[in-house]
Amino acid sequence: MTVVRISDDAAALACGAEAVAEAFAAAGCTVERVSSWGMHWLEPLVEIGGIGWGPATPERITEIIAGEADDLCIGPIAAHPFMARQQRLTFARAGLTRPLSLEDYTATGGWRALTRARSLTSEQVIAEVTQSGLRGRGGAGFPAGIKWQTVAGAPGPQKYVVCNADEGDSGTFADRMVMEGDPFQLIEGMAIAAHATGASRGYIYVRSEYPHAIAKLEAAIVLAQGVIAPFRIEVRVGAGAYVCGEETSMLNSIEGKRGEVRAKPPLPALEGLFGQPTVVNNVLTFSAIPHILIEGGAMLYDSHGIARSKGTMPIQLAGNIKHGGLYETAFGITLNELIYDIGGGTASGRPVKAVQVGGPLGAYIPPDQFDLPFDYEAFAAADALIGHGGIVVFDDTADMQKMARFAFDFCAAESCGKCTPCRIGSVRGGELLGRIGDPEAREALDDLLETLQFGSLCALGGFTPYPVRSAMQHWPEDFG
Amino acid sequence: MTREENFAAIFAAHRGREGALLPILHEVQHVFGCVDAEAERGIAHELNLSRAEVHGVVSFYHDFASVPDPRPCVELCRAEACQARGVEALVAAAEEAAGTRVRLKTVYCLGLCSVGPAARVGESLFARLDEAALVSLVRCA
Repeated sequence: MTVVRISDDAAALACGAEAVAEAFAAAGCTVERVSSWGMHWLEPLVEIGGIGWGPATPERITEIIAGEADDLCIGPIAAHPFMARQQRLTFARAGLTRPLSLEDYTATGGWRALTRARSLTSEQVIAEVTQSGLRGRGGAGFPAGIKWQTVAGAPGPQKYVVCNADEGDSGTFADRMVMEGDPFQLIEGMAIAAHATGASRGYIYVRSEYPHAIAKLEAAIVLAQGVIAPFRIEVRVGAGAYVCGEETSMLNSIEGKRGEVRAKPPLPALEGLFGQPTVVNNVLTFSAIPHILIEGGAMLYDSHGIARSKGTMPIQLAGNIKHGGLYETAFGITLNELIYDIGGGTASGRPVKAVQVGGPLGAYIPPDQFDLPFDYEAFAAADALIGHGGIVVFDDTADMQKMARFAFDFCAAESCGKCTPCRIGSVRGGELLGRIGDPEAREALDDLLETLQFGSLCALGGFTPYPVRSAMQHWPEDFG
Repeated sequence: MTREENFAAIFAAHRGREGALLPILHEVQHVFGCVDAEAERGIAHELNLSRAEVHGVVSFYHDFASVPDPRPCVELCRAEACQARGVEALVAAAEEAAGTRVRLKTVYCLGLCSVGPAARVGESLFARLDEAALVSLVRCA
């Protein structure tokens, strides 16, 4: 009987994977629901014996089963140029395993790192994480090993491991893909963190916009309970507040409070969830851990990347791009390669005008800077940020003043209200943009942006100036 | 089940849980379609909080409403990536199709940023929407 593999990832489902899967089942095929390869422009992508067809529709399945439908066939999926050039660690299982199959997970090296970590002392585990050069993938890029060391050394009757899965940035979906496609990997990473820091409880804070991820995680936690015990993990569901992606407001939200930002210090590592020492890392950070804690993993991880940006980054190609999806590679790749060689330029076929990297708080970058390498420090030097690795492409129809205005509107809508620069500055900024032709307004706006950047409590207010300033700087013609 | 029994069941399910307020609010919102003043009082009593504290949390989060909206809801993503893929040009037609019968709610990011414009109706997700597809989605909601 023909075995057909189709993803049950939310992106595949949104593109109609369910109907395609049902049609194959009705035609007598065995349908396996696997994670997504990450080639989203081809979803629903159908795999039979390593060969791919996409985007598939129920009407074409008879041809696909017969090995025809040449216009949809991409040949061997693993050899596809989009796949072959990647260096996949976090997404090594993407497209290959059934997300909730413990058997598939174990057969592909799952739990090896946890078993090994448990044979090591806390100090040894943390030393390997530090040695790997892994930096927090949520956006701030803080060295994971140092954070873990702080928690391990902090006294406290109860320590926590909290996974930030409040992936609210537009243009990002890597967390969602891990949670839906390889949830055990995240759980294993968290269990290793718990062992290293002496934590006994874990929370995964997932945004409510991700019902499929929530369902997969909850099922995976039940299945993995025996493996990770005595460590316990619980999923907590957000409630539609973007700012809860900021770690301290997320902790408040888990505690059942308004998702308002806390002033730092104290650091969450010392006084985090319920006032206890807490490791807070992003989904991708925890998911990198099992690759670091296998024998020789830390050295291998450190060998990828450039300068102080080590390892691989799951880059998300989004917006107006021809070949959008998940592209994991070592740091150092340029935007040119990502947008043109890999992404194929815009989906609309029009020239690229701008890309926004790092979500709604990231800078807009013009094509003449596309030689910028993907590296935390190189981006910072160009007044931009990598953030969570999302790249949103805009074609030449984009109005950058509108995008700058949107940045302020978004900040106003999502501000937690705790600090004045963000709460009021976002509204006033939008008003000033409305009369930007007036030199006085321009001066006031520059002043306001500085206040926002340096006077806000968290990155929401602090980074809103990035998209606004970059839009004004690189596309002055849009600000007439 | 009466309203009181419903609340009693929700409270019993979350008793003793760390930071139980948000899970309770989610369930109340799900069962009753809103978290109204009476619900806030009951939850405050259960968790030994002031009603102001509970109201502060309810009003903070976009997911909780103080009055129910029984209309079908289409959540349309209008964040940057969907904007780059042309969602703004679809909004007028979608609003017209929605009228007062359907609630057209703007959300910022469904995580379908490579295949937008994207929308969600309940648990169902839709991608690569053009005007015709979105209008039909709104009409069928």
